[in-house]
Amino acid sequence: MSSQPTTLFDKVWDAHVVRKIEDGPDIFFIDRHFIHEVTSPVAFLGLESRGAGVLFPERTFATADHNTPTINQHLPVQDPLSANQLKALETNSAKYGISHWGLGHHKNGIVHVVGPENGITLPGMTIVCGDSHTSTHGAFGAIAFGIGTSEVEMVLATQCIMQPKPQKMRITVNGILGKAVLPKDVILYIIAQISASGATGYFVEYAGEVFENMSMEGRMTVCNMSIEMGARGGIIAPDATTLGYIEGRELAPKGEAWDTLVAYAQTLKTDEDATFDLEYTFDAADIEPQITYGTNPGLGTGISQHIPKAGDVKDGEASYQKSLKYMGFEEDESIIGKPVDYVFLGSCTNGRIEDFRAFASIIKGRKKADHVTAWLVPGSHVVEAQIKEEGILDILTEAGFQLRQPGCSACLAMNDDKIPTGKYAVSTSNRNFEGRQGPGARTLLASPLVAAAAAVTGQVTDPRELL
Amino acid sequence: MAYDKFTILKSTAVPMPIENVDTDQIIPARFLKATKREGFGDNLFRDWRYHPDGSPKEDFILNNPIYSGKILVGGKNFGSGSSREHAAWAIYDYGFRCVVSSFFADIFKGNSLNIGILPVQVSPAFLDKIFLAIEADPQTELEVNLPEQTITLLATGEQETFAINSYKKNNLMNGYDDIDYLRAMKEEIAAFEAARPY
Repeated sequence: MSSQPTTLFDKVWDAHVVRKIEDGPDIFFIDRHFIHEVTSPVAFLGLESRGAGVLFPERTFATADHNTPTINQHLPVQDPLSANQLKALETNSAKYGISHWGLGHHKNGIVHVVGPENGITLPGMTIVCGDSHTSTHGAFGAIAFGIGTSEVEMVLATQCIMQPKPQKMRITVNGILGKAVLPKDVILYIIAQISASGATGYFVEYAGEVFENMSMEGRMTVCNMSIEMGARGGIIAPDATTLGYIEGRELAPKGEAWDTLVAYAQTLKTDEDATFDLEYTFDAADIEPQITYGTNPGLGTGISQHIPKAGDVKDGEASYQKSLKYMGFEEDESIIGKPVDYVFLGSCTNGRIEDFRAFASIIKGRKKADHVTAWLVPGSHVVEAQIKEEGILDILTEAGFQLRQPGCSACLAMNDDKIPTGKYAVSTSNRNFEGRQGPGARTLLASPLVAAAAAVTGQVTDPRELL
Repeated sequence: MAYDKFTILKSTAVPMPIENVDTDQIIPARFLKATKREGFGDNLFRDWRYHPDGSPKEDFILNNPIYSGKILVGGKNFGSGSSREHAAWAIYDYGFRCVVSSFFADIFKGNSLNIGILPVQVSPAFLDKIFLAIEADPQTELEVNLPEQTITLLATGEQETFAINSYKKNNLMNGYDDIDYLRAMKEEIAAFEAARPY
């Protein structure tokens, strides 16, 4: 074929356009739809009031995660409103014939962890969910993004949404990552460079040696936070690492269907001469372990650096000052040594097995700081089982930590896992917005290694000193 | 869900000159537990609007009786963060029909259009003019004209045009809904589905 060079994103997008509306959005077909208890109930009510059904129930998967408790999951859920949402998800799934991995199910966990680990997420797919971190699935060479409840209803009723095609951005990072620099640091660094709104209106392809050498868990962490710079999603070309991760998983294609997938995946890459609307290139050598000091994910810096001066931040000065006031920080202060009250390891960003391995690598042979409360929350029961099998649980227990049960937990604090007002939390999750982890909570976003270093020292500590 | 048709809106406006107003501020996650779409306006900007004991924070703009209207004017990157449509529901339920900013987060913008709120993107310079005009006179009125795609400061006649695709414009002006449109093409979609590799 001697057609025009195209990007990976174009190839997947164009293959899913059912019809184009002139001066309007594309009618866009969705291969996989994930639903959870919080953003789906009103969509089902809408279906009912229209007298519509679910067009392809086998293309939708339900899991409970956002408001589930992370202790005593065998007991009835205490909060009546949360219990009501969980019940609605169960009832709606049963009514329309949708697969449902509810609380207590051995496959239950955070939607963006369980989709990939069960082989539901595949290269070249379109994937949506009523959750902005659906961008996670882009790690597999899929176009994946978050949608609102009206669109959840749309997908249930018609398996399509109306979507204008975003612009295209490529972010290339070449070189070798330094000691203690994790995928989380790479994405926090990128967001700090281009700001929390720097990719709004774009879909981002990540390219270069750093992503080629990254595990699937790491790629998921990177794609997950694409939304934190405003991008609708991120995508990484599938390769041997991608296929190696998927092969053999429970719902992954088998036999001939697998061979078809492998052949298709090999076509999913950006042609050499394809062009993007915007490109950024960064050098891996410039990235050190990162931490945020403000109230949007773009307000972050290298851990050894001081908080930037007002004149040096890309955001408006008013929003920067408001941020520092909320956090109780001053400009030009060192972040190292700041006291830490809470540590949160988990979420769809960093709740996978590699994250627990990294955390344990620092914890091993050390003890949790007495005044630190640590919430370690696996992303799924599968991750939880791996933590036990690999002996990580023993390392954690020995050091004075406890493991909680899977769920979104303190990332958005819809359940009881709320950081108290004024307290400082080093969190491996994705948002440091005011009140995100509980009213008045102060969040510093970081990698599992930085979180572990804070957990054992009780203050913000450079993990390179402990490895 | 049906919404009020949008054509020409003439109203005073509520100014919120803050950048990066995220969806966790518009409606915190702990208020997302309803299974019906009602009452979200009560918790709009909950933690900026109320003290933990539920008493109003007097310095917050929505608690200042001088400011009112059906138009909310926000700083750059309005609606960033989560995909929760509840943020748009809360704004609509409170009584706003239009949000003006120099820059919107994508998902918030889509959600707004789907439920009958018009997001109007203006230039940073015009946004500053609006903020200054409201500061000078809180009773100053704006006119948002969807058929003409214009926004006007009525006191001075200063005006800017804004972009919206003709499909969405037609929907908003007539109260149409994407889902009805898509359901009318069921057979075309089913044929497309049958040809998918997976």
